[in-house]
Amino acid sequence: MQSLKRFSWTDVFMWVVGAALLTLIVVGSYLTLQQGKYTTVQWFDLAVFGLAQGSVYALIALGYTLVYGILRMINFAHSEIFMSGAYIGFFVATSMQRSGFLRENPVLGIVFIFLTAMTTSAILAILLERIAYRPLRGAPRLVPLITAIGASFFLQYTFRGLFGTQNRAYPEIDFIRGAIPLFGSFQIQKIQLIVIIAAALMMAALAFFVQYTKTGKAMRAVSEDKSVAALMGIDVDKIIVRTFVIGASLAGAAGVLYCFMFRIVTFYMGFIPGLKAFTAAVLGGIGNPPGAMLGGLFLGIFESLGPTLFLDGLGIPAPYQLKDVIAFTMLVMILIFRPTGILGERLSKTKA
Amino acid sequence: MALLEIDNIHTYYGNIHALKGISLNIEKGEIVTLIGANGAGKTTTLRTISGLLKPREGTVKLNGEDLAQYKAHEVVYKGISMVPEGRGVFARLTVTENLEMGAYSRSDKAEIQRNMERVFTLFPRLKERRTQVAGTLSGGEQQMVATGRALMASPSILLMDEPSMGLAPVLVELIFDIIQQINKEGTTILLVEQNALMALGIASRGYVLQTGQIVLSDSAENLKKNPTVQKAYLGME
Repeated sequence: MQSLKRFSWTDVFMWVVGAALLTLIVVGSYLTLQQGKYTTVQWFDLAVFGLAQGSVYALIALGYTLVYGILRMINFAHSEIFMSGAYIGFFVATSMQRSGFLRENPVLGIVFIFLTAMTTSAILAILLERIAYRPLRGAPRLVPLITAIGASFFLQYTFRGLFGTQNRAYPEIDFIRGAIPLFGSFQIQKIQLIVIIAAALMMAALAFFVQYTKTGKAMRAVSEDKSVAALMGIDVDKIIVRTFVIGASLAGAAGVLYCFMFRIVTFYMGFIPGLKAFTAAVLGGIGNPPGAMLGGLFLGIFESLGPTLFLDGLGIPAPYQLKDVIAFTMLVMILIFRPTGILGERLSKTKA
Repeated sequence: MALLEIDNIHTYYGNIHALKGISLNIEKGEIVTLIGANGAGKTTTLRTISGLLKPREGTVKLNGEDLAQYKAHEVVYKGISMVPEGRGVFARLTVTENLEMGAYSRSDKAEIQRNMERVFTLFPRLKERRTQVAGTLSGGEQQMVATGRALMASPSILLMDEPSMGLAPVLVELIFDIIQQINKEGTTILLVEQNALMALGIASRGYVLQTGQIVLSDSAENLKKNPTVQKAYLGME
């Protein structure tokens, strides 16, 4: 009797909270727009920024979702894979900046930053999988989750130990600065455009890879049934490693893009974007790559437009400071009202 | 020398002693059936042969080569293919993709193409449904996918685990016809079945498994006449 569910006060309470939040959003947006404090150009800038930020979230979210799809495990060390790529990319960028190489050959230099960052992330992910996860395959699901958190701290504090606690400023790369004028007073930041395009290209490449290549199909087969996949002659461990490598490369690239946008590097820089990307993965439906892309873009835009749109009209000062509150409130709301995410499966569902 | 020689294997699930010294031989070109009640160890035997489980004692030899050193995914390259219990199709992959996964161990494009044609000839229904996602197929069609997929690896021996499970009688007939046809085309078959009557109908020899041990082995003809088998597995008094 699906329609006659047991009446529960918790449900009622949650629906009330949900309805209240929704009302807040609607009323807030209405008031903000009515006051007309912001011009269309400003909204456009916020939306483009959100799209760029969302592209970065999407790239990271893909790593969570790909690994979850295959191992039914949340790789909480993924945020540190992102950080390590960004950090090593930073060293490469700084030394190339000092030698003047980056100014003379900006495209080549940037490609090189990406390659080193992605390689670093990939190598770390291979080690992580081999040392921290593979020995625990077949252990209860809580065990690798705990190791993942441990590995995350291990990586964070290793970087802190090696490179210190300070915030480091990313070198200014003139090539990617400035704005491209569109029509009227609309313009788009060059770096945001680069982030959006680069992320879109990588996601398209990933989609093609998973859909059409032999390894991509094997990844999908392994995610459905590991022992049957082995009966087909698929080396399951190898496919798992490749999945980690792909997810990590995307995270490494995301790290570089993130640094290009925000120009700051620290040992704990992975934590918040990692959590956001995880939110994006859950939002889109964990285990579902298109969902992670969609979830990332949605979260980025929501977070960029949301504070100003929802809260400014209500007279809340400095609403932008509340963007993380908005993002994580959304995570809680999704987990309560739609645990399967937009496109995906339930987080707790175990597969036979 | 037999194609597949299994000598005194003991397989455990943790501490549970599932196979207690099984020995059997399969000659090239045969259909051999393994019959027994639920929990007798039929599936465990197949999983041990295919390398998903490793025996603690005893050997599995294919063409005289001990398979102990190979992992499950390497055993396929040696020529053993399995249609797993409950079919195990990749529900979110299309029929064609499922078949391609079956050919994962093959690198010769022409051979894969030939095998694909062969599967579509054996199962014209699959050709019609080749772009369909396997999870949306009926049970019988999924059994066709699982069987076709196993054939894609050009196996010298095909292990089939309960191909009749959950299928309508008409489809069971069809699948058994196909098994015979595959065998005539040169593939050796080890068939595990609950439906002992059908299995003994197409097999040349059979083994009867009881609580992890082989209690009887004879030609299919003799097994059908054996009063113990008739009583326990063929439902005759």
